[in-house]
Amino acid sequence: MRDGAAPGTGSHRRPRDGTPITHATEANARKKKEFSSIDHVLARDLLWYLLRSVPPAFRHGPMLLASLVFVPFIASLIAALMPQDARNRESWLAAGVAVYGLVVVASLYPAISEGTVLREEFAWLPAQGLHFLLRMDGLAWVFILLVLAIGLLVVLYARYYMSPDDPVPRFFSFLLAFMGSMLGVVLSGNLVQLVVFWELTSLTSFLLIGYWHHRADARRGARMAFTVTATGGLCLLAGVLVLGHIVGSYDLDIVLAAGDLIRADDLYLTALVLIALGALTKSAQFPFHFWLPHAMAAPTPVSSYLHSATMVKAGVFLLVRLWPALSGTPEWTWIIAGAGVCTLLIGAFIAIFQHDLKGLLAYSTISHLGLITVLIGIGTPLAMVAAIFHILNHATFKASLFMAAGIIDHETGTRDMRILGGLRQKLPITATLAIVASAAMAGVPLLNGFLSKEMFFAETLHVGGDRNWWMSTAAIAMGMFSVAYSLRFISIFFGKPAGELPRDPHEPPRWMRFPVELLVLTCLVVGMVPAISIGPVLDLAVSASLREQTPHYDLATWHGWNLPLLMSVIALLGGIALYAVLRWRFNLRERTRAPLLSHFNGAQAYETAMQSLTRAAEWLLRRLGTAKLQPQLFLMMLALLTLPLLLAGAPPEWTILPLEGFDPLFAGVWLIGGACAIAGAWMAKYHRLTALVLVGGTGIVTAATFLWLSAPDLALTQLMVETVTTVLILLGLRWLPPRIEASELQLTVSRTVWIRRTLHMIVAVAGGLALAALTYAVLVHPASDTIADFFLYNALSGGGGSNVVNVLLVDFRSFDTLGEVTVLAIVALTVYALLRRFRPAPDSAEMPPQQRHAFDPASRQSPAEQADSGYLLVAGIYLRLLLPFMGVISVYFFMRGHNLPGGGFVAGLIFAVAILVQYMLAGATWVETHITLRPHRWLGFGLLLACATGLGAWAFGHPFLTTHTAHLDLPLLGELHMPSAFLFDLGVFAVVVGTTMLMLVALAHQSLRAHKKPGEQAADAGLPAANGGML
Amino acid sequence: MEIVIALAVGVMFGSGIWLILRPRTFQLITGLLLMSYAVNIFIFAMGRLSVDRPPITLSPAIDPAQFADPLPQGLVLTAIVIGFATTALYLVIMIGARGLTGSDHVDGKEPRE
Repeated sequence: MRDGAAPGTGSHRRPRDGTPITHATEANARKKKEFSSIDHVLARDLLWYLLRSVPPAFRHGPMLLASLVFVPFIASLIAALMPQDARNRESWLAAGVAVYGLVVVASLYPAISEGTVLREEFAWLPAQGLHFLLRMDGLAWVFILLVLAIGLLVVLYARYYMSPDDPVPRFFSFLLAFMGSMLGVVLSGNLVQLVVFWELTSLTSFLLIGYWHHRADARRGARMAFTVTATGGLCLLAGVLVLGHIVGSYDLDIVLAAGDLIRADDLYLTALVLIALGALTKSAQFPFHFWLPHAMAAPTPVSSYLHSATMVKAGVFLLVRLWPALSGTPEWTWIIAGAGVCTLLIGAFIAIFQHDLKGLLAYSTISHLGLITVLIGIGTPLAMVAAIFHILNHATFKASLFMAAGIIDHETGTRDMRILGGLRQKLPITATLAIVASAAMAGVPLLNGFLSKEMFFAETLHVGGDRNWWMSTAAIAMGMFSVAYSLRFISIFFGKPAGELPRDPHEPPRWMRFPVELLVLTCLVVGMVPAISIGPVLDLAVSASLREQTPHYDLATWHGWNLPLLMSVIALLGGIALYAVLRWRFNLRERTRAPLLSHFNGAQAYETAMQSLTRAAEWLLRRLGTAKLQPQLFLMMLALLTLPLLLAGAPPEWTILPLEGFDPLFAGVWLIGGACAIAGAWMAKYHRLTALVLVGGTGIVTAATFLWLSAPDLALTQLMVETVTTVLILLGLRWLPPRIEASELQLTVSRTVWIRRTLHMIVAVAGGLALAALTYAVLVHPASDTIADFFLYNALSGGGGSNVVNVLLVDFRSFDTLGEVTVLAIVALTVYALLRRFRPAPDSAEMPPQQRHAFDPASRQSPAEQADSGYLLVAGIYLRLLLPFMGVISVYFFMRGHNLPGGGFVAGLIFAVAILVQYMLAGATWVETHITLRPHRWLGFGLLLACATGLGAWAFGHPFLTTHTAHLDLPLLGELHMPSAFLFDLGVFAVVVGTTMLMLVALAHQSLRAHKKPGEQAADAGLPAANGGML
Repeated sequence: MEIVIALAVGVMFGSGIWLILRPRTFQLITGLLLMSYAVNIFIFAMGRLSVDRPPITLSPAIDPAQFADPLPQGLVLTAIVIGFATTALYLVIMIGARGLTGSDHVDGKEPRE
């Protein structure tokens, strides 16, 4: 923790000299508590004393800020796991999270109001100077209050808004994750971390907009919002990196104190543009504003939370946050205020011509965000006060308006203002609330919107000075437009009642309306007694972001007769006149598009850009890609041959080692192995089974080689894998096309084919020779020092096992092994998933002719009959008797694995083979009625056990996957040493068993399925491929 | 020994290259099997060849020169198991493609010849 007051340099450049701003003097800056208004101080002190009663331990315990960010994420996980219809429990959970956050925020008020900056730091990438840093100052405090308070109201509202048919766990889970991300953005004290949370808000917002993913507009809106905001986020990341490069740190406190350094740097403009891109996309500023109206496809609670009160405010929040570091240059004003002015005019103008309630509110939000952006762009301290004030005001009235729109939609079944009318009679209370909130939006006196708009008018006057009135004209125009669209919004409550509505409207449930009531009440209270109500809160945010530049400002409803008031009056009267003209002269009610501006359609431009990107990618693919595999592989092999030759330097000097000698038996074994390989290659086209047997022969020779050359573990594994692979491919063979008959063989090949084969043969021979030469070259060179010695020395003493290979796998390199078994599990599940959709070719759907042959005694019996009473009875009973023995062998190889050849991989494969032979002999039906196998559970259990063993080390303060060897003295068995790696190996064992079983059984079940009659198959179509006993 | 291993790797790899350049899916899978044998032995051979010296250290005081290099062995062991998994995946894609397209050509359709 350290004091947040920046070094009192006071050297901030003022944007424009001569602007009549009352700056606080240096002395006043030190004593920030001095304010003119007595009410102001009273209210703040009252709050302060109330909160002093909170126990000090709770006021800022360790991890308090971290809990603010992480509790929503944890709750999000819990919410996701709740049942589909748990609307009430979900709401209580979400509300509980918000209330917890509010209590924490309230308890921190005394510390924050004293001007302290709370910091919590956790090591993240200390080597890179990056820390996970949470930081709370007044600005963050106010924003968190906003996020949590509106979040709480939205949760309450959503409880009634969401239909019982909607999958609520997903909704609340995403909403809570969004809340956590938003709090993360606000609390980040590290700029890179801020970007991470920033992108998380984009992601969760994408998920929430696309919540009703069966609707095309929801998917389109979600994609558009995500593309725009996430691209902006990437720009922001780049900008932040530039900023970090300039300052030399990503710590927000350091960056904020280095404003002069940043502004003087050559890279200032780059950083500013990139960061502005991030902020402007997020806050839907021109020309990126088009995504927000499309995001209205989200459920209304989402629109009211994300797209009015919080997420879109993240952009302006960032600008306020970085104001001390970046503002005060003409570039800042031009970029930020320029975008803001365009946005506020365009948004307000288009809003008038919307006929969708939410569409109108969306464009109005765009326009109000533009207003805030203009204020930030102006960048004077008083403008910043107005900006922060308007952020709060807009959140209040716009959230309530969205909720009101949602109620109307909920009750009438439509949001179309061309249909709606006269709702005042059916929904009197909602109508009153919406009218008051609309008045706040229009800037009617005695409501909060009026105050900040007045401040905005005042600022536009200052910018232009006495000569330039453009800014003020724009402001008045925007004010008129907003009065017009507010009138348009409330017009649905007046007039004659609508004829046919999809539903007969009633007042909504009590608690669905409550959030609206509370927000509208806030609008009224803030509008009438601002100094008491919002004063202390606003003061916190302002003094934290402006620091020693905090100006004197006066929150009062009446400032006397002045120019801003005149502007307000003009806007109000002009707006009413504009609405009247449009309504009665230009038939506003029936218009579908805005005049002039409908030609500049951002969404259309976006779609065009996306489409041309896709087309460009397709073009590139057509030009550079080929659908033919053979030429690709040929080129790849050619490259494999030639590139190393080009890259390699001169060969090293040849020193021939004392070789291991030449063993004729070994050479003989490989004569067979090599012959098998070549013959297999020769046979693979027309004699698949023969080729498989031959390749298997090479595999066996490979296993023998491992055994010969001091690698018993490898030999065992290779042997078992060979067995399992052969069975696997045998199961697959029957789905391939039938063998090509000799009569169809083309004995004369065309010239092109002959040339191609010759080329392939040349590459194959050259490749084989090259690898042979390379192998020989390596083998006759002495080995350089390797890390092998380390493993050999430490396996027994450090890993507690004498089989170095096994210790290597389950101890030294167990993280690798964990990754590997995860890959195994993923592959097994992929195989399983692919087979669920498998449909055989028509000509292999029938039982193969070999199995239908009349002379085969088996062809008249089902596999189960063969094993129980048929001609496989003897073999079947032998194998059943062998099963426990094979199980014991598997356990034996597992247990001794740490000290002698064996281990989880080998034992798992042996166990799988033991089950497999039962399948082969007795058939799937028999095995699955007698043994219950659940390969998915083996997989899951294995992965869990392996991870849990690794995590167990954390409990003792060691790094992940550290092993520990316990020595147990057991009666009868004697001393037993139990390394924790043993448990890890057990996990490996279970994953290997699960993987092998899942793949083989899923494949085997295809034959069962194909044998069913068409009717049965149709009934079974929805079920997983490998159904029956294994599931 | 060394010359035998080198030739063995060469023969298997050459056969593998020939096979993966063939047009039928089954040839491809056989080719991949042969190539994986070759590559596994190649990696294994990087620890040099040794006979009757398995890396099993029965006592703490040892001479590392008396043991085969355990590191390539550990790597190859995982490679064998992963190779099995990818073979299974390839096999399923092979039969799935045949069911979907009706052809066992690597391009999913019979060549026009």
